Amino acid sequence: MLRIEQLSYEIKGHRVLKDISLQVRKGEVVALLGANGAGKSTLMRLISGELKPTSGSIMLLEKRIDKYDNRTLARGRAMLSQQHAINMAYTVKELVVMGRYPHFQSSPSTQDWKIVEETMAICGITDFADRVYLSLSGGEQQRVQLARVLSQLWDNPDALLLLDEPISALDLHYQQKVLSIAKSLSRLGFMVLVILHDINMASLYADRIIMLKNGRKWLDGTPNEVLNSKNIYTIFSVESLISIDNHSLKPHILFKEMRMEPQLFNPSLRPCSNREDSLSLHYTPINEKL
Amino acid sequence: MILKQRIILVILVITMVLTAIISLGLGAFHIPIKEVFIALANKIGLLHNTTTDEMYADVLFAIRMPRVLLGMLVGAALGISGAAIQGIFRNPLAEPGLIGISAGASLFAVLIIAFETLLFVSLSELLGYYLLAFGAFVGAGLTAFVVYQISKKDGRPNITTMLLAGIAINALAGALTGLMTYMATEQQLRTITFWMLGSLGGATWENLSAIFPFILLPLASLPFFSKALNAFALGEEQAALLGINTDYTKRWVVLFSTLAVGSSVAVSGIIGFIGLLVPHTVRLLGGVDYKYVLIGSMLLGAMILTLADVLSRTLVAPIELPIGVITALLGTPVFLYILIKENK
Repeated sequence: MLRIEQLSYEIKGHRVLKDISLQVRKGEVVALLGANGAGKSTLMRLISGELKPTSGSIMLLEKRIDKYDNRTLARGRAMLSQQHAINMAYTVKELVVMGRYPHFQSSPSTQDWKIVEETMAICGITDFADRVYLSLSGGEQQRVQLARVLSQLWDNPDALLLLDEPISALDLHYQQKVLSIAKSLSRLGFMVLVILHDINMASLYADRIIMLKNGRKWLDGTPNEVLNSKNIYTIFSVESLISIDNHSLKPHILFKEMRMEPQLFNPSLRPCSNREDSLSLHYTPINEKL
Repeated sequence: MILKQRIILVILVITMVLTAIISLGLGAFHIPIKEVFIALANKIGLLHNTTTDEMYADVLFAIRMPRVLLGMLVGAALGISGAAIQGIFRNPLAEPGLIGISAGASLFAVLIIAFETLLFVSLSELLGYYLLAFGAFVGAGLTAFVVYQISKKDGRPNITTMLLAGIAINALAGALTGLMTYMATEQQLRTITFWMLGSLGGATWENLSAIFPFILLPLASLPFFSKALNAFALGEEQAALLGINTDYTKRWVVLFSTLAVGSSVAVSGIIGFIGLLVPHTVRLLGGVDYKYVLIGSMLLGAMILTLADVLSRTLVAPIELPIGVITALLGTPVFLYILIKENK
């Protein structure tokens, strides 16, 4: 289990996170939601060990994460970050095998390569294993990074998988696939904590949702408990309607269009009095051409 | 390491050895390749040929061999440290010279030359050579530390800041070296000029044996950091998440690189572009895995500097061109080509 108690983080006098307490159990997917600047990525970087908390404790499998040595922790915890600043021409395979670095001393073993092949197949990147990473699209690069992170933990059922906006650059198919992989791994015993902006994806795939607001934990519960119009407005300041999906019985969020008056922008520009008239000045209807 | 990279390394070993053997014969005093082999075979007891001209053996063992060996050692040191610095700074355009390490080493070497009498050490003695090597190493280490610390932003080295800091350190070292030059005696001036332009002409068995341990240590140690340097390519935070001890890696890679560069500058002055271009060429040949790049840079650096030294002593023989001039003349257009290609 991942147990966080009374966690606070302060930087230059500004309290980013305040008294956060939460748990992620083996076998569950927990989605972390919140507006920009709520502290989600900071919380994840604290859990990964990249940042040191100002106060509070983070325990992974009943041991404080700062008591683990680097390599042991790397074998039990992996994080997929938002930013990837690679500027050397590594191939896809070379990058994915880096996920096995905590597991070998000088050269990867046959088992390591087998795991690399499996994670590449799962992420659908086997076809471009020998291509240079920098030549791939954003979505393909994201899948390569995911394969690397998965290969880091593939053979450890007590592992903690941290995913920071893993589906932001992916198409619809791979958005679903990545979260489906996360859910399947959790059913094998992994602890999965994922930051998402898509509430409906969170509703579909997460066992529990934690919502942060201004650095505090605001809500913690199942999608059915947490997702309602009032809570969504409190956290995100957007209006919504909730319907329950007939098949999954999970909440599905429908958003109302946010309208803004054109007069708010550049008062020197005159708004079109008749939008259709202005269009007809520039376009000839097709039937007139014939 | 994939098969292609292993093959390239084997080819590099063979061509490096061949280059060394051929360069033993070339120079103002030409030794036919056959005589080179005979002299070498005689020396190691394989042959007892007494008909060969002793002059060949004398020139070969007293002058040519230490020079070629020094060229290989210095070339290997500059190549591998350039690759390692590029890995730490996560930029294929970094090299010790651009970030001021060479200028810092040179400045301290020049200071030791200028204050030779004050230090009560003659530079022609063994202690003098060790002091010069140590001084150049201290200069290299100090500038590396300063540039790295200045370049850190939120804990990460910023490449633009690093290069700007390198420019500043180069300018400062240049100014102070200029001052020393202005105040120097005739003899000191000759020695200082040697540092600024680089030369393997001062190679002797004495200074080769003095420098050997200081260069051998980084050559033997840096390849063990290949895994860490690969992980650094993901970013320091990601490397730490993979279990790499990033502080340990940075510290020892910078230490070994400055030891290699400092020692090289101590004995041969500033030789630019090897640390930049050799790793880049190695990458272009076979890929970017650091296990391959570090060893390949060692081998190719040794070969390139040996070739450059052949040019320096044969182009306008019997006059020798400073080797730093050769590497700069050849290296600048290649560097510009890389920059333009990277921009596109």
